[in-house]
Amino acid sequence: MNKTVRVALVALLCVGAAACSKKQEVKPQPAPEQAPVTTPAPVSNKFTPADLDTDACLRQRVVYFDFDKYEIRPEFQQIMACHAKYLQDRPMAQIRLEGHTDERGTREYNLGLGERRGNAVSSALQSNGGSASQISVISFGKEKPVCREHNEDCWSKNRRVEIVYTAK
Amino acid sequence: MKKPSRYLILLLGLLGLLFAGMASAQSQALTGTVEGVTKSATPIVVVPFAQAGGAPLATDIADVMRNDFNRSGKFRSLAKSEIVENPSKGADINFATWRLLKQDYITVGRISDAGGGMLKVEYELWDVNRQQSLLAQAYTAPAGDLRSVAHQIADAIYEKITGVRGAFWTRISYITAVGTGNNTTYSLIVADSDGYNPQVVARSREALLSPAWSPDGSKIAYVSFESGNSAIYVQDITTGSRQLVSARAKGINGAPSFSPDGSKLALALSYEGNPEIYVMDLGSRQQTRLTNNLGIDTEPRWTPDGQSIIWTSDRSGRPQLYQMPATGGAADRITFQGQFNANASISYDGKQIAMVQGNGNVYRIAIMDRSLGGQVRFISPGPIDETPSFAPNASMLLYAASEGRRGVLYAVSADGLVRQRLVLADGDVREPAWGPYRQR
Repeated sequence: MNKTVRVALVALLCVGAAACSKKQEVKPQPAPEQAPVTTPAPVSNKFTPADLDTDACLRQRVVYFDFDKYEIRPEFQQIMACHAKYLQDRPMAQIRLEGHTDERGTREYNLGLGERRGNAVSSALQSNGGSASQISVISFGKEKPVCREHNEDCWSKNRRVEIVYTAK
Repeated sequence: MKKPSRYLILLLGLLGLLFAGMASAQSQALTGTVEGVTKSATPIVVVPFAQAGGAPLATDIADVMRNDFNRSGKFRSLAKSEIVENPSKGADINFATWRLLKQDYITVGRISDAGGGMLKVEYELWDVNRQQSLLAQAYTAPAGDLRSVAHQIADAIYEKITGVRGAFWTRISYITAVGTGNNTTYSLIVADSDGYNPQVVARSREALLSPAWSPDGSKIAYVSFESGNSAIYVQDITTGSRQLVSARAKGINGAPSFSPDGSKLALALSYEGNPEIYVMDLGSRQQTRLTNNLGIDTEPRWTPDGQSIIWTSDRSGRPQLYQMPATGGAADRITFQGQFNANASISYDGKQIAMVQGNGNVYRIAIMDRSLGGQVRFISPGPIDETPSFAPNASMLLYAASEGRRGVLYAVSADGLVRQRLVLADGDVREPAWGPYRQR
């Protein structure tokens, strides 16, 4: 039987359009060959909270990852180093590492994957001299995308760890 | 700022679903074709129920039943417009008419005033070819409960003809997300199996996920980020009272699942380093760790006998499904086809396991029949499908899909041939969970 039926549907409101025109790009984008304005220099040159807004390296607070991976890519090692130095210079400073994933895979599994990424950044900061007591990790999995398209360009922006200073 | 709609009504439809009265500027009726054809579907006619006096009723019982039958995939009901005669009693049925229209079964019924604000709903089911009465029952209910009555009649007919208990008179839960970015409001909703009568169970400005029904249908366990980190709550859906079950400051508190006897909750927690499966006794709150390895272990589900847990683990690389005794022990991998297998939903008899299977960038809902080895059949097209949930009789499943930037739900027959789309008027809908049978 040829079964054409009437399907009554709610109108597709253009919520999507609004959602994506408003997408918050996380800046700055990874810039592998970026020359830091302030080269982390010996002892005398300690970071201060003001540097979080001005230092080219410290201003970079997003680490991006490959699909289903949690290794820190080489281009982010410099960011690990300057934030670790900040933690060393400012023993009262606290950061929260927020792990995120792209939309592929299930929500609960992605919570695990986001946490792995957060832990990877935590380890990198600690091996660069940051203290574990200054770092906490939280995973949002795929619950907080910065981009909602279904393509690799968008997914690569969502696979990230955001470094959030909760005490400077 | 847009205020979230008060009536988060899931409007949907198959054949003959009428809601001209509900249509607002935000909705419109579209025309479409059901994906696939079910040649084996049984033809049934549901004649509009006669009403003896009184004001017109808001619920068209026959319409609710037709919609139930159609989305099950097991039946195709004759469109209201093709119903040429309107008998309301078996004695009035002109069988030749319905044989000519190639109908196998006919349902007739009538509604009368039972006094005290109650209505009496009587129906009969007849076999058209044998001209034989198969069922004749009556219900007494207030007018506001007529949708429930319609679903219960549809269940009785479904069971009489197929031999399988009907699951139309059940509830579903799901999460909605309305708004964008930091202005998103998340709601945990419980509704009838066809999306009607939605009620808000919980609301949050932060993500809600993973609702799981208690076996008696009285409670829902879920994950909320409302306090910053993930935490697991168990909420009574009638009284609204809720208990915080797990809120470890460190790590994930996720993936709750009630044991079949309702006494325990399986969870995924990562406070000891990485996500592992735990079982919590809800009475004593005593917790037992079941897994211990460096992979991600999450999404535990109990087998119906309560003896085993099936869960997702990436201990071998990518996520796959594993099974172990519910008291812990050796992990047996049970999925081998597909790069990614996760988020199991187990049928009531334990014979079928639905899961999300990912291959490349395509994630679809697959069902593995355990009596047929590891072979799976796909029941959804992808590419970003997730969260399968079996109906309590395993005749249908719910799952979530992405359409553009919007999340929608589908109710699909277990053979994957009949599909019904459920969308929210404004916003995302996701994380469906089909509730248990209801008790009268």
